[in-house]
Formats: sequence, structure tokens, C-alpha cells
Amino acid sequence: MLERILSVLPEIGAAMGQTLAMLLVAIPLAVLIGTPLGVWLYTIGPGGLRHRPRLHRVLDGLVNLVRSFPFLILLIAIIPVTRFIVGTTIGTAAVIVPLSINAIPYFARFVEQNLSQLGSGVVEAARSMGASRSQIVRDVLLVEARPGLVSSITIMTVSFISYSAMAGLVGGGGIGDFAIRYGYYRYETPLMITAIILMILLVTLVQFGGSRLARRLDKRL
Amino acid sequence: MIEIQNVSTSFPSKDGRFTAVDDVTLTVERGRIQGIIGFSGAGKSTLLRNINLLERPTSGRVLVDGVDLTALSEPELRSSRHGIGMIFQHFNLLNNLTAQENVELSLKFAGVGKAERRRRAADALAIVDLADKAASYPAKLSGGQKQRVAIARALATEPKVLLCDEPTSAVDPRTTASVLQYLADVNAEFGITIVVVTHEMNVIKAIADNVAVMEDGRIVEQFDLAELERPGFHPATSIGRYLVSDAIELNRPHRAAAPAGPAPKGLIHA
Repeated sequence: MLERILSVLPEIGAAMGQTLAMLLVAIPLAVLIGTPLGVWLYTIGPGGLRHRPRLHRVLDGLVNLVRSFPFLILLIAIIPVTRFIVGTTIGTAAVIVPLSINAIPYFARFVEQNLSQLGSGVVEAARSMGASRSQIVRDVLLVEARPGLVSSITIMTVSFISYSAMAGLVGGGGIGDFAIRYGYYRYETPLMITAIILMILLVTLVQFGGSRLARRLDKRL
Repeated sequence: MIEIQNVSTSFPSKDGRFTAVDDVTLTVERGRIQGIIGFSGAGKSTLLRNINLLERPTSGRVLVDGVDLTALSEPELRSSRHGIGMIFQHFNLLNNLTAQENVELSLKFAGVGKAERRRRAADALAIVDLADKAASYPAKLSGGQKQRVAIARALATEPKVLLCDEPTSAVDPRTTASVLQYLADVNAEFGITIVVVTHEMNVIKAIADNVAVMEDGRIVEQFDLAELERPGFHPATSIGRYLVSDAIELNRPHRAAAPAGPAPKGLIHA
């Protein structure tokens, strides 16, 4: 049994590499694009810095629309978009596109929620100090939301480790796909368990690191 | 220094509009400490927010240092606000910034460069005797210390006017005296015009030169605090008299004397 595991070790390594590649592109992309999107949602929402009811309804609906798709269906539904962006519809690069498209509105919601929980006091103080809207967002809201945002990134990363397992459907690989192919399709239970243990380790590591960082950033206590 | 001219502020509500401030006119001379007192919902906090236009009046004009704020564009208004400090009941400090960084924030918004920001923030913290707490986060400070950081933050930009919204309502009575002393000191030392909104008459008695009594969005009477010393002076309105009397009056048929001997156990929490 150990021999069997050792014989596929290179493949396991490659699969881990693919999972990490998916996460390392999709998560930063989600943070980079999802943050301004979330700030925008908050700003034009009720109680925001510049309430724009109709625009908010459209944007809100759009975010819900993308978030409603089961990931497996999104993966297939946006194949033309994927082809356009990365030039292929199979492989790890091809999975990164739907992963990111799913992750962006997901994170935008997190940002919106984190900002709206901050309360109006600091915003009012900033306004009284003559801060502009962009200063309020940058120097007040995002500063106060930082620990919450780190926790949100952690939750999102853990979710997307699980989503990335569906990458196998378009030949994207990854450790989750490995578990499905060897363990589920070929009844090689020890290999499946090996892969699952690796995923547990990955999730534990992400959660541990994320929680620690969030605690360190949080100065409320 | 501050001229509030026929200011009204109303908000949309379930049945039409709710008028929080109703045709108020009030002038505060340079270097004075103006008190505004009233019960909850009297409109005093809204009136205070009308001065720096955190709440834009529905009608009327607000002049600070001769400038009509209501006529300014948004960028002009923002730069005027650097000359009007404000402190709040709940301090409204940023939890994730140190005391020093909190004070620097107002300077940053005023466009002050980094090195000067650091120096002036340190100076401002020294004024409120908190130089040793510069590196502390608000969670590590007491309520009074938080309010002093907020005062330093408001003073750092060297404003001409300081607006105080219930500055002592969230701190204990002893801390109240200390916070008010710092406000009185900056008024005396820098000649800053101060407006204090509160529902506590003892705060007004301690610090204000003049008080405006508000009820239902209107100033129902206004008098100099020196008047209170004058024998025979009584506020003209019942609410003014009530506030000045400063006592809680209840309808209670009789007040029981403490029973002799130990209290029955079951009644200890009654």
C-alpha cells in the first residue's frame, strides 16, 4: 500500500502544485477586484456614503446572479469566456477563470458586509475632519475592516480548496481531482485517503494562518 | 464666530416630514463657550451637526468665521471643516490605529505632510497630557483618555471652533470634570470657540458662558450662566427651570426608612 502511494507521489506533488496555482491566482484576483466591487456595493447601498438605489439594485442583482450558479454549472456555462481569456478550455489555467469569476462576487459580499458592520461613528468623525469619500474608504473603513477582511479571505480560501476539486471536470487537476480520480473512480481508497489528508492539512494551515493574522491585526481587545 | 440664521432641518418620516430643527437663530461670539441643552429628541445634536454641515440644513444659513458654509461647494466645505474640530459622545476613534495615528488622521485629511503630521500629533497629545499613551490602541485607554485623544485629534489641525456632542455622557462623573477642564483649558489658551451639546445641566454650569435651551427643535430660551448667580433670576420656561433645578423628581407615596436589623434575605435584590 505504501509502495502504491510512493509510486504516485510525483503525481500527488503535481496535483498539490495545481491546487496551489488555482488558489494563488484566483484568491488574489478575487481580493483585488472584489474589494473595489464590495466597496462600491457598500458605498451606493442604503446607509452608504453615496446612496444610489437604482444602481445598487442592478449591481446587487448581478452579484447575486453570479453567486447563484452552482460552481459545476458555472464552470461549463462560461466555457466560451474561458476560451476567450486564456485561449483554452482545459487544464489548470482554464479552471482559474471560473474560480475567479465565482470568487470575485463572493469576496465583494464579504467586503460589503464587513464595511456595513463598522457603524456610522468613525465615518461621521472622518467627515467632520473634512475627509473625502475616497479618504474615508481608504483611511477609515478599510483600516477598521482589516481584521474582518483577513478572516473573510481565510473563509473564502477554504471554500475554494473544496471548489477546486471540481476542476477535474475540465482536466484542471489539483489534489481534489486526484482524490476523485484515484479514490472514487478506481477504488484505490488509500490514495483517496492520502489526498484527503493533504487537503485537511492545507485547510488547517490556511485557517490557522488566517486566524492568527486576523487576531494580530485586531486591536479591539 | 458662528452665526446660525433661521436654520431648519427636517427629515422624511412615515407621516410626511419630521422637523428636527425648527427655525433656529443663534450667534456665538469668538472665544466663547456656548452650551446647548435639551432632552433627547430636542434637536440639539442635529443643530450641532448643522454647524459643520454634517447635517445640511433644509433651509437657512450657517456662517463660521464669516464664511457662509451653506453656499460652499463640496471641496470648499471639506477644507473649511479642517478649521472646525468635533468630538463625540462615543469618541469615534479608529480601533485599529494607535492614539498617535488617530490624531495624525485629521492632519492627513488636511493634507499635512508625514513628518509634520508626526510632530503636530505629538504636540496635540501633549496638550491633553497623553504623550505617554501615543503608542496605545484605544482599547487600552479609559473612556476619559479616549475622549482626550479625540480632543487632541480635533485640535491638531488648529481649528477656530470646536463642536462637542455630548462629550461627557459616556464617562463617569470624575472623568467628566477632567474632560471639561481640558476643554476649558484649550478655550482659555487658544481662544477656540466651543459649542457643547449636552443633556446634563451640571456640564453647562461647569463650562458654558451662555446656554440655549432647546425643545421640539426650537430654542425656547437663552441666558448667560452669570445670570444664575443673580438673586431672583429664574429661567422663563418650565423646561429651563426644570433643567436648572437639576433634581430628579418622582411621584412616590412615601419613602420607607431602612428596617431595624438585617434585611430579609429574599429582599436583597428587590
